[in-house]
Amino acid sequence: MTGADAPPADAPLILAGREGAKRVVTALDAAAHGLGLRVGMPVAKAQALVAGLAICDADPEGDAEALERLALWILQRFSPVVASDPPDGIVIDSTGSDHLLGGEAAMLDALIGRLAMSGVAARAAVADTWGAAHALARFASGAAVITEPGHGAPVLAPLPIEALRLPRAMPAELRVLGFETVSDLLAQPRAPLVLRFGPEPGRRLDEALGRSAEPIEPIRPAELIETRRVFAEPISAAETIARYIGKLVETLCSNLEQEGLGARRLDLVCQRVDNTAQVVRVGTARPVRDVKRLTRLLCDKIETLDPGYGIEGLSLCAVLAEPLKPRQSATTLLDEAEPDISDLIDTLANRVGERAIHRAAPVASDVPERSVCRVPALSPDTGAGWPDAWPRPARLLLRPEPVETIALLPDHPPVSFTWRGVRRRVARADGPERVFGEWWKRDAEMIAVRDYFRVEDDAGERFWLYRAGDGEDPATGSHRWFIHGIFG
Amino acid sequence: MRPQPAIAELRARIEKIEGQRRRVQSVLPFGVAEVDARLPGGGLALGALHEIAGGGNGVTDGAAAALFAAGIAARTRGRVLWCLTQADIFAPALDQAGLKPDRVYFLEARDQTGVLACMEEGLRHGGLGAVVGEVAHLSMKASRRLMLAAEGTGTVGIAVRRWRRQADSMDFGQPTAAATRWRVSALPSTPLPVPGVGRHRWLVELIRARAGESADFELEACNAQTGRLAIPAELADRPAPANDRRRRAAG
Repeated sequence: MTGADAPPADAPLILAGREGAKRVVTALDAAAHGLGLRVGMPVAKAQALVAGLAICDADPEGDAEALERLALWILQRFSPVVASDPPDGIVIDSTGSDHLLGGEAAMLDALIGRLAMSGVAARAAVADTWGAAHALARFASGAAVITEPGHGAPVLAPLPIEALRLPRAMPAELRVLGFETVSDLLAQPRAPLVLRFGPEPGRRLDEALGRSAEPIEPIRPAELIETRRVFAEPISAAETIARYIGKLVETLCSNLEQEGLGARRLDLVCQRVDNTAQVVRVGTARPVRDVKRLTRLLCDKIETLDPGYGIEGLSLCAVLAEPLKPRQSATTLLDEAEPDISDLIDTLANRVGERAIHRAAPVASDVPERSVCRVPALSPDTGAGWPDAWPRPARLLLRPEPVETIALLPDHPPVSFTWRGVRRRVARADGPERVFGEWWKRDAEMIAVRDYFRVEDDAGERFWLYRAGDGEDPATGSHRWFIHGIFG
Repeated sequence: MRPQPAIAELRARIEKIEGQRRRVQSVLPFGVAEVDARLPGGGLALGALHEIAGGGNGVTDGAAAALFAAGIAARTRGRVLWCLTQADIFAPALDQAGLKPDRVYFLEARDQTGVLACMEEGLRHGGLGAVVGEVAHLSMKASRRLMLAAEGTGTVGIAVRRWRRQADSMDFGQPTAAATRWRVSALPSTPLPVPGVGRHRWLVELIRARAGESADFELEACNAQTGRLAIPAELADRPAPANDRRRRAAG
């Protein structure tokens, strides 16, 4: 709701839905929670407890649709196997795709960060099973939880029994009998539990612990371009898989051509005979419809597949496709056309990760470590460079290292310095080059100053030293010396 | 060097025997007559692997070696792939050695094997001007693979050898398939009439060159426009060093 319909921002807000004939609270915000309201409470009681309560009607269908949309967005950006986990969750199989985002931790950071930017507060967990991840995301402390592979029961044991995805009334019944946490249920023999509560608690426990399989049925929107091939006999040899990948890519490319699209992200899902899926995801920096190139990218990844007892079905799907228009290639007779290397960049990016391949671009900053930023490898050329009035070192130390020096204040270069246990006499020096702190970045840099010197020792080795502070006023820096780089 | 027709003819015959798979070899001259005269073909062979290491402290920081490589890469046509594991290279310095930031793709691999694999991929592609990789250990097998990949496309491969510890640099004595092997160490800079540091100077040692002889040069570092080296002014006019000083060492 927006505009005049929107409830006042400062009033506690609840959503009211129907449960049978009763109107109950189905969701509430932090302010309402703080005032003692809870989910499942009758609306009349909530209104009696809190005056000035803002009440909106719940819209379960709308929520489910929004969840589907969010799942699709995650499918295109994060992982090939994604499904919505109603009412409030999304389950992602990250196997085989987290490497594109730099590992599990980086993936969760990116996911939560991007959701936060669009105004969604999210909690996420990575675990071995759907059940465990569901429980940890909702009941563990911290917004992002990552467990070790093969974590087993100890991770789940301290969580409350609500974490187990049991039918709505069951946790309350279990609590009456004294079951508080998952560990209480784990310690209990199964037979009496089944007699009293049916098969559900046992099944959910097994699923959470990975004793029984729970496949994720990924969402596949109708407009997605997908091709599929099922085998009468399971295949497992790398050459065979490569041959069929080639055939799938051909079909996919002709489908893409009909739509006038090029693939930005491809998912290859291999259905194994033991009903698990192996997934390969490859990305390209620009839309591509070239059969050879896409086949190459996918075939590079075959070695990451574990065919197990054999693969009985392959499906290839372009989860992210963008319009690809034909372009004129040769421009003039005189200029030799610059060779296209976007295919090389794609191959390398799929091997080492998208972030590991980049270009450097200048930033208007005098502070050396801030003067370079990373830009995507295939971003357009700018022709910009750094002002080359002052020589810069070939190697910039990641962190400036303190050195012991003998130097005259305020603006003489050091006479000698000791770095990593070696004392060097300074034969020649150039400087100072004064770099002022960037007051618009941090308050501490308001008056901070660094004085850089290029020094050369007796043997001819050249170093970049700086003194924190201007040599007179202690407020500008500690007046200690650091080495920041090495010239060639 | 005296012309030796018999040797030249023999070389031509050997090349004929070897040459089916090789493309026409062209060279990339340094533009410094003294250096080019010492290199077979009058320059650095294109479509080959070259090795560059630092001397002294340069063994671990590889600063001069990286700039020397940048100077070579700057003079090639096309873009440059720079593979490394330690991301401490400072792009403004490469710019000052003539290698513009738009031309360089940096690739951070997880380990040595990754660097070598990505270098090979880059060399095989053929669209790049040069591929530079910072590696510590370079085995005969790995260097041979890179050499073959480079021969197929004509891209220059440069292995900047850089070790974690000073002691590990003993490895540089091991034979590899590289066409040339260089060592670049820092020398005191060009003296100025006023206090300050002049243009940087290097001692560039050509330790090994396939079908050529080894040599030492004292050179001024790459300039900002084209990455060209230069012979220091006061050395340009002195008599050429004795030719056969190192012949014995080269065998």
